[in-house]
Amino acid sequence: MERDTHFVLGVYEDEDVLMNAVKQVRTSGVKIHEVYSPYPVHGLEHALGYKRSRLPIAAFLFGMLGTSLALTMQFYMMKFDWPMIIGGKDFAAFPDFIPVSFEMTVLLAAFGMVGVFMVSSNLKPWAQPRIFDLRITDDKHVMAIDLAVNSGMGEEKIKEILASSGATEVNNKSFDE
Amino acid sequence: MQVTSSVRQPLVTGGKTYHDVTHDVSRQVEGKPSLAWFLAFLTAAGVLALGAIALVATLWEGIGMWGLNKTIGWAWDITNFVWWVGIGHAGTLISAVLLLFRQKWRTSINRAAEAMTIFAVICAAMFPVIHMGRPWIGAYWALPLPNTFGSLWVNFNSPLLWDVFAISTYFSVSLVFWYIGLIPDFATIRDRATGLRKTIYGALSFGWDGAAKTWMRYESVSLILAGLATPLVLSVHTIVSFDFATSVIPGWHTTIFPPYFVAGAIFSGFAMVLTLMIITRKVFKLEDYITMGHIELMNIVIIITGSIVGIAYITEFFIAWYSGVEAEQYAFINRATGPYWWAYWSMMTCNVISPQLFWIKKIRTSIVATFILSLVVNIGMWFERFVIIVTSLHRDFLPSSWAMFYPTWADVGVYMFTFGLFFTLFFLFAKFFPVINMAEVKSVLKSSSEKAAK
Repeated sequence: MERDTHFVLGVYEDEDVLMNAVKQVRTSGVKIHEVYSPYPVHGLEHALGYKRSRLPIAAFLFGMLGTSLALTMQFYMMKFDWPMIIGGKDFAAFPDFIPVSFEMTVLLAAFGMVGVFMVSSNLKPWAQPRIFDLRITDDKHVMAIDLAVNSGMGEEKIKEILASSGATEVNNKSFDE
Repeated sequence: MQVTSSVRQPLVTGGKTYHDVTHDVSRQVEGKPSLAWFLAFLTAAGVLALGAIALVATLWEGIGMWGLNKTIGWAWDITNFVWWVGIGHAGTLISAVLLLFRQKWRTSINRAAEAMTIFAVICAAMFPVIHMGRPWIGAYWALPLPNTFGSLWVNFNSPLLWDVFAISTYFSVSLVFWYIGLIPDFATIRDRATGLRKTIYGALSFGWDGAAKTWMRYESVSLILAGLATPLVLSVHTIVSFDFATSVIPGWHTTIFPPYFVAGAIFSGFAMVLTLMIITRKVFKLEDYITMGHIELMNIVIIITGSIVGIAYITEFFIAWYSGVEAEQYAFINRATGPYWWAYWSMMTCNVISPQLFWIKKIRTSIVATFILSLVVNIGMWFERFVIIVTSLHRDFLPSSWAMFYPTWADVGVYMFTFGLFFTLFFLFAKFFPVINMAEVKSVLKSSSEKAAK
């Protein structure tokens, strides 16, 4: 059996049942492929054992890039390339450069972080997502179990575990791409 | 797990299930628009078309079409600019500041308020651009680009240039923040649709699948964007106020301007959010999502910011007297008792006195009273900017150049154009985009609906 093609899905109605189910399924030794939800469930990422997102670091680095670019640009233009006396101020009037530096910091931090988010989560207009269940974006939480990954377990056993963890439906789903 | 408070009112009323939320919001996007929507949209588009005549005339002839004269070089244009930017601020406050403060009631109104921000900033940005006279070469004057003079750069000591950076950053970051929030909801509409609509909303949803990992990143992105947007929104109106405060015109040259402009911006923005929300919840039957509780909370924000603005007006007057600078003292006495006394007292009545009515519970929980007062506040805030700009300019240092400002039809028409643009965009948004953030409402539903809690 190939990976990423045949799945067993546990459908959950309630976020608290889902949270318990994730813990239960993981302790019983089944590897969860992913959980799909209509809205962010707080704490689910911890229950699934995901590492903290490193997007804040990306935002910080892009922000620093913005600050440095803005300051370099302003000092170069105002002090070195074409110095002009404006209101008797110093050519390198640092306090006057703060607003533009701040705005460029925010601009690059926001766009850089969102760009990284789009790339890392494969979000793009032409993306063809795998839709496990149409109700995921409506009112159901779906836990997907890859059968190939859990081949030692046996399909019936997995279905039993899902049903006993509180899933209201247990379905099969296959992708043939 | 979930604690249901007997004291706090539910955020969503009517005992909605998760599916009800999806249905109630998506229904507006999927169904045929109502007659009310068509009438409203056509009215807005009509105002836009009429205003376009004035806009084209101004671009063709130049800003001599406006009522400006050698004494009053800024009048309606910059008044409208500051007014529209200020309105935009409430959207960011609701979506970013209230997110950081974990105010869950924001979930029902943040989508529409952010849309309002984006459209208001578009309207605002038009005025300085038109004021350049030849906007098609405006980019060369406003952006640090090499130009025909070799490389004579823009002046980074000028608040007007800071404004270029502030407004464009504000617009683009707000747009991204808004769009990130829209992605999961577009996916909801995609999964309910067939045919062409599925293709369009499929592309708009960027292939969203609702995976826990993506949600984790989404939450992280939202939090950081809120953290960035909060100082950003404060910086934008601060910089707008610098346009005045760093000049040496009596009446403008005051250090109180940044906080006072920011408070005024939130004040007028919340009034505009209320105006729009009261209409939207009625037309789209969303009374269970945008509840009386929401309206009351927004009215409380209006009392607070209105009071800050009132204190700022009085402080300005006091400082003018206390400074001992005669020109400054004259500027303020002239504001209150000079030829523009009516503008000053309209401002005082609309902004300082009328919001105090919201201390009375009956008034702040009445739809009609809230709607009327929200319009009054917006009129008052327009007058505030008019008073600051025109009354400070019209009595120059030389009495021989004293003048009055009379708007021409082009002044009125260009202002109308931005109204038409704002409402046309808002009505299009309300029809084709989910007006309520379904995913976020669902995430707070459990604490507010018995059916969802079960």
